[in-house]
Amino acid sequence: MKYINVHVDHVTRVEGHGNIVVNVKEGKIEECRWEVVEAPRFFEAFVRGRSYLEVAHITSRICGICSVGHTLASLKATEAAMGVQISEQTRLLRRILIQGENMQSHVLHTYFLAAPDFVGAPSVFPLVKTHPEVVLRALRLKKLANDLCDVFGGRTVHPITPTVNGFTKLPEIKAIKEIRKRLAKAKPDLEATVELFKSFQIPDFKRETEYISLKSKEEYALYDGVIASTDAGTTPVENYRQWTNEYCVPHSTAKYTKNVRESYMVGALARFNNNYEQLSPGAKKAAAELGLKAPCYNPFMNNIAQLVEVVHAVEESSRLIDELLARGLQEEDRRILIKAGRGVGAVDVPRGILFHDYTYDKNGVCVAANCVIPTNQNHGNIQKDMEAFLPHLLDKPEEEIRLSLEMLVRAYDPCISCSTHLLKVDFIK
Amino acid sequence: MKPKIAFFDFACCEGCQLQVINLESEIVDLLGLVDIVQFREAMTEKSDDYAIAFVEGSITREKDIPRLKKIREQAAILVALGACACIGGVNCLKNFQPLEEVRKYVYGDKADWYETFAARPIDAVVPVDYYIHGCPIHKEEFLKVVKALLLGKKPEIPTYPVCVECKRAGNVCVFELGMTCLGPVTRAGCGAWCPSHQDSCQGCRGLVPDPNTNAEKEVLQKYGLTVEQALGQFRIFLGYTEVAK
Repeated sequence: MKYINVHVDHVTRVEGHGNIVVNVKEGKIEECRWEVVEAPRFFEAFVRGRSYLEVAHITSRICGICSVGHTLASLKATEAAMGVQISEQTRLLRRILIQGENMQSHVLHTYFLAAPDFVGAPSVFPLVKTHPEVVLRALRLKKLANDLCDVFGGRTVHPITPTVNGFTKLPEIKAIKEIRKRLAKAKPDLEATVELFKSFQIPDFKRETEYISLKSKEEYALYDGVIASTDAGTTPVENYRQWTNEYCVPHSTAKYTKNVRESYMVGALARFNNNYEQLSPGAKKAAAELGLKAPCYNPFMNNIAQLVEVVHAVEESSRLIDELLARGLQEEDRRILIKAGRGVGAVDVPRGILFHDYTYDKNGVCVAANCVIPTNQNHGNIQKDMEAFLPHLLDKPEEEIRLSLEMLVRAYDPCISCSTHLLKVDFIK
Repeated sequence: MKPKIAFFDFACCEGCQLQVINLESEIVDLLGLVDIVQFREAMTEKSDDYAIAFVEGSITREKDIPRLKKIREQAAILVALGACACIGGVNCLKNFQPLEEVRKYVYGDKADWYETFAARPIDAVVPVDYYIHGCPIHKEEFLKVVKALLLGKKPEIPTYPVCVECKRAGNVCVFELGMTCLGPVTRAGCGAWCPSHQDSCQGCRGLVPDPNTNAEKEVLQKYGLTVEQALGQFRIFLGYTEVAK
């Protein structure tokens, strides 16, 4: 009978620190666990006492990769608390910005963090020598996405210009036109990317779960919408606590969430499953070529759903920029009436649906805060997937089991630094 | 032989390491000059044989200390990467509230599961050779520092305030736009990143050597902030420095 012992300390090529523990004795699974070991940082506690104008700049620092998403969720929560109705122009600019972030994060994940597994490399760096054209293409796409964020947010990592009820500085028309041209020229790179990922052997594993994302009548929802679930229909974002149900697990190092089932999934695949019809034509075509059909229950296909969303981001941001250029940009009055209240803001960011929830006093000082981040919502589902996947792997060599489980974790693109809620328990060995 | 470099992180958002990966136009050339032997965010292969260590993040718990000391022992040169490592950064905001209360607020009755102490920059624990400031770091400054180190030179970082770069950029002073700004006492090197986007400088690059912080506090009050609010301005990134206490 077989004994298997896999302990991956700090899974690499993910954002933040997580471990995999597997222990099989005489063919029986004794332990199979996904652990999170990130240092907690307590953002929700320390934004209390800060002015409404500072909160988004502070909570942006929850995560370097999805700082645009945190900024926008934060601003939306603050605006909801104060009853601010933003202008169509601000809304349009933010919708473009969030496409830019989705693209940069997905290109980073699919090419730099996930793809090395499929070509048998330990990282993207050796590919510079063996596959220079692939690396250069990935860098071109990433730079395009980052430059798009720079134009619309002032900076990709921790954007500067998005603020309550508008932007501190509007993007320059010349820069917008320049980036629009580059988006138009990205098509061959996108096609080559689809070709590349078509050649990858995606593990054949299925486990149906509940899929939760934003949903909007207007578009493939990232910036706005209601909460939608494959099991439970829809509900307004204000009800998020009833659907996220955060709880602590003694042998886990993160807060988990659950809704209808024991766990649910958020992120590109959840969005794809809930909102496929609203993808851009090119994105639908890419999905068809890559063999991704809604609903899809294979978590490894999250990589492919991300790639489909990259194509969508290029087409959708191009469309939105055309709309923006047609209507022109004008300086707007950003002043608001400061008042006491509570507000919830939700956006769907690269790794899934994100909630910020603040309460302000009458002077606009934050007195209570709660953030529920996508990766924490996925931890429970990663655990359940590991439990379902491991029995299929038991006859494989230990090294292959390790790699397969790491690939499963990586498919979720976990972003563990977003650890507003994460904790650490030491295990007795 | 190419110098071996490694990246490490403690409590942070990993945005500064991301800025390194974001060097899309330069990273291929950079890889020709150095061997990256450890970079968990981006690679699986790993070696503990390195000469230059870049460390991101602040120190927030007891168990971070031996890990950081081990990195210090191995590295001939240790570079602090970004505001959290250089000056403590936003993590230090929690230091102004009772830590027990902070833990309870976020984790409720499970507060005891979370180990934490007052956040601090890495030079509160080990000697640091060089600093790359900012939240996030400026990509060009990272390249400048790496180039200097490869040439065996001491990297030069500005000792003058953000105001100098802001004036040079031809910006209207953000005080004139009705905001307040820490540019007069904050170390330059970012090209007045935020004021150039009509936003105030929040001091993420740390103070200039010998800053006139009393004059800055007076200016902030002249522009309508209370003493408490003026102090609060310094706490966003500079919570570990005397001026914010």
